[in-house]
Amino acid sequence: MKGWWKSAVSRRFLLAGGLLAGGATRLMGPQASAQTNGAERLRTPHGAHGAHDGMITPGEVDYVRNGFDPHRILTDWDTGKASPLAGGRTLREFEIVAEDKEIEIAPGLMFPAWVYNGRVPGPTLRVTEGDRVRIRFQNFGSHPHSIHFHGIHSARMDGVPGAGNVLPGGEFIYEFDAIPFGCHLYHCHSVPLKRHIHKGLYGAFIVDPDPARRPEEQAAARSRVLGSPENAGWQEFVLVMNAFDTNFDDENEVYAVNSIAHAYTKRPIVIARERPVRLYLINVTEFDPINSLHLHANFFDYYDHGTTLTPTLRTIDTVMQCQGQRGILEFSFKDHEPGLYMFHAHQSEFAELGWMSLFEVRG
Amino acid sequence: MSRPLLWALLPLLLIVAVAAAFLASDPLGPFTGSAPPVEQLTIERTVLDEEGIGVRIRAGGSEPMRIVQVQVDGAYWAFNQDPHGPIERMGTAWLRIPYPWVAGEAHHLTLLTSTGAAFEHSIEVAVATPGMTAERVNFYALIGLFVGVVPVALGMMFYPALRSAGPAAFEFALALTIGLLAFLLVDTLAEGLEFAGEAAAEFHGAVLVWIPAAFTFALLMVLGRRKGEPLSGIALATSIAFGIGVHNLGEGLAIGAAFATGAAALGSFLVIGFTLHNITEGIGITAPMLAERPRLKVFSGLVALAGLPAVLGIWIGSFAFSAHWAALALGIGAGAILQVIIEVGAYLARKAREQGGSWATGTTLGGAALGVLVMYATAFLIQV
Repeated sequence: MKGWWKSAVSRRFLLAGGLLAGGATRLMGPQASAQTNGAERLRTPHGAHGAHDGMITPGEVDYVRNGFDPHRILTDWDTGKASPLAGGRTLREFEIVAEDKEIEIAPGLMFPAWVYNGRVPGPTLRVTEGDRVRIRFQNFGSHPHSIHFHGIHSARMDGVPGAGNVLPGGEFIYEFDAIPFGCHLYHCHSVPLKRHIHKGLYGAFIVDPDPARRPEEQAAARSRVLGSPENAGWQEFVLVMNAFDTNFDDENEVYAVNSIAHAYTKRPIVIARERPVRLYLINVTEFDPINSLHLHANFFDYYDHGTTLTPTLRTIDTVMQCQGQRGILEFSFKDHEPGLYMFHAHQSEFAELGWMSLFEVRG
Repeated sequence: MSRPLLWALLPLLLIVAVAAAFLASDPLGPFTGSAPPVEQLTIERTVLDEEGIGVRIRAGGSEPMRIVQVQVDGAYWAFNQDPHGPIERMGTAWLRIPYPWVAGEAHHLTLLTSTGAAFEHSIEVAVATPGMTAERVNFYALIGLFVGVVPVALGMMFYPALRSAGPAAFEFALALTIGLLAFLLVDTLAEGLEFAGEAAAEFHGAVLVWIPAAFTFALLMVLGRRKGEPLSGIALATSIAFGIGVHNLGEGLAIGAAFATGAAALGSFLVIGFTLHNITEGIGITAPMLAERPRLKVFSGLVALAGLPAVLGIWIGSFAFSAHWAALALGIGAGAILQVIIEVGAYLARKAREQGGSWATGTTLGGAALGVLVMYATAFLIQV
């Protein structure tokens, strides 16, 4: 007689059983009433994080132990060591090391990552169109690694097996001109590719446009150049959409922007209402073909790859990116009332697994 | 201290010394150094109520385990762990998740440990877990009576008919009892092994069934024959009632657990199915007493012994229940049933000898076959 209570669990049976067993109602009395009421009377928890209503990764991540803070990553531009070159150009030199490092990606949840300069995503490299870029890459990790830049460069500098793939303990110097301007990325291109990327070897590579080369779009170009007076009016943030497969079954357990699940839900990104916002959005999520960003209560202009100074999409509130795709979002909360404004992946699955964030508009 | 005791102490001390030396020097370190710990997790109970979802988990593996995040239906959710902190190997803890579950639908839990390992658990049909109210206790008692006590009592009503039908009917009834018990033995073992499979791996569930079965069998044989004679009459009937009682306890556990997990859409026809299925048990218990004239008190005592454990089983199964305890109880039941099979068989053979015949007649074979068949056929009523 074993098994009847097991096979009795399909919904179809429940329905059929209900029809067949008309006389069961009396026996089932107390249970039936409990069924209908239980979920409805469920109380929602109240706490410090009212906006999530229980859907959260409870606890706090130890950013000190991790060695990086997702709030600092937002605006942590690495412009390298600059020195003048003949002909008025600038040489920008960077040092990047790869290593193995365990990081905490949600409270208590450790991930055996591979990292550039101790953090995931790696440093946000920011240069200006036409700069000479020189990166000294050292591999202190346990596997071969490389840096493959999205940009225009020679085959020798491509950072793939056979060209700039660095064995453990080795080093390589990548050198190229920073073109085209835009919102780009870099990542390890050693094989197996999925594993090397999703373990954490990626970062943002932003090339600001050179206003001198674009006389007809001077104002737009200037506003993008870090350190210019026009740029100072903007609030710029880099958001790298990523995910982690903690049990290595080729499906992600945690989704986030800048690695830490719910980091910007628990502590929203503060925005001054009167100043415009520019997001450098990059998708490096593995296993899932696309990721997306949806902004609540507002619309934005979008520059795919950031390689144009006029929007490629105007007045949208959701944008999707395939793996490796990126772009620039521009919007303003000038006419909004202050408060918390959500933004998150519009794949509800990703949002509920950590890629959920808030802007706190003040002023 | 005596000499033998001293000599026994030496190897014991050496075992401790060897273990200490092994742990101190850690010779396996170079081989296991960077490997993540082995982690095991068993979900022993699930509770759905107004507060959300609660699960009792039992940790296993090589190191204390930390549950750091919980997903419900692919969404991270707030939760409380009681008691807090890492869960020791074989330790248990309750996780309470304030999740708005939906009655009648399925929910899926994923528990993540600090190493990123994910353990999954499905709630096939969400049904509010009944609280322990007086109403509830009475309701379960009612079901238990219909599953255990009513059929045994009804089966015993065949006693006068069997008694007046003569010696052939007596043999037939005993053989029928053997057939019925054979079915129960197989069924009890299978059910016990199924619970064993659900228990945490560290319990070695199958051992919890087989070894208690063997010991119970041996113990009951010794107890039954301590006066040097094989069992017969009321004593044999009592043994049968005990074996059947433990089996009905197991049946009650399963029904109660099904209620607790919401898996039981237990309609009236299922309860009546159990009643029909268990009627044969009443016939079996009275069979050895056909040559005697027991008083009514004896009958009611036997009904209680065989039938009431079903009520107890449903209570335990629905309110406090772990698979390893069920496996153990069913192992004991299997041992008890095997004992009565042997005793009833010996009794039947003895009776046949007294009458100058063989136990292997068409009547006995037919009786045994009918016993198994009736049980098998009525099992369809409770196998949905």
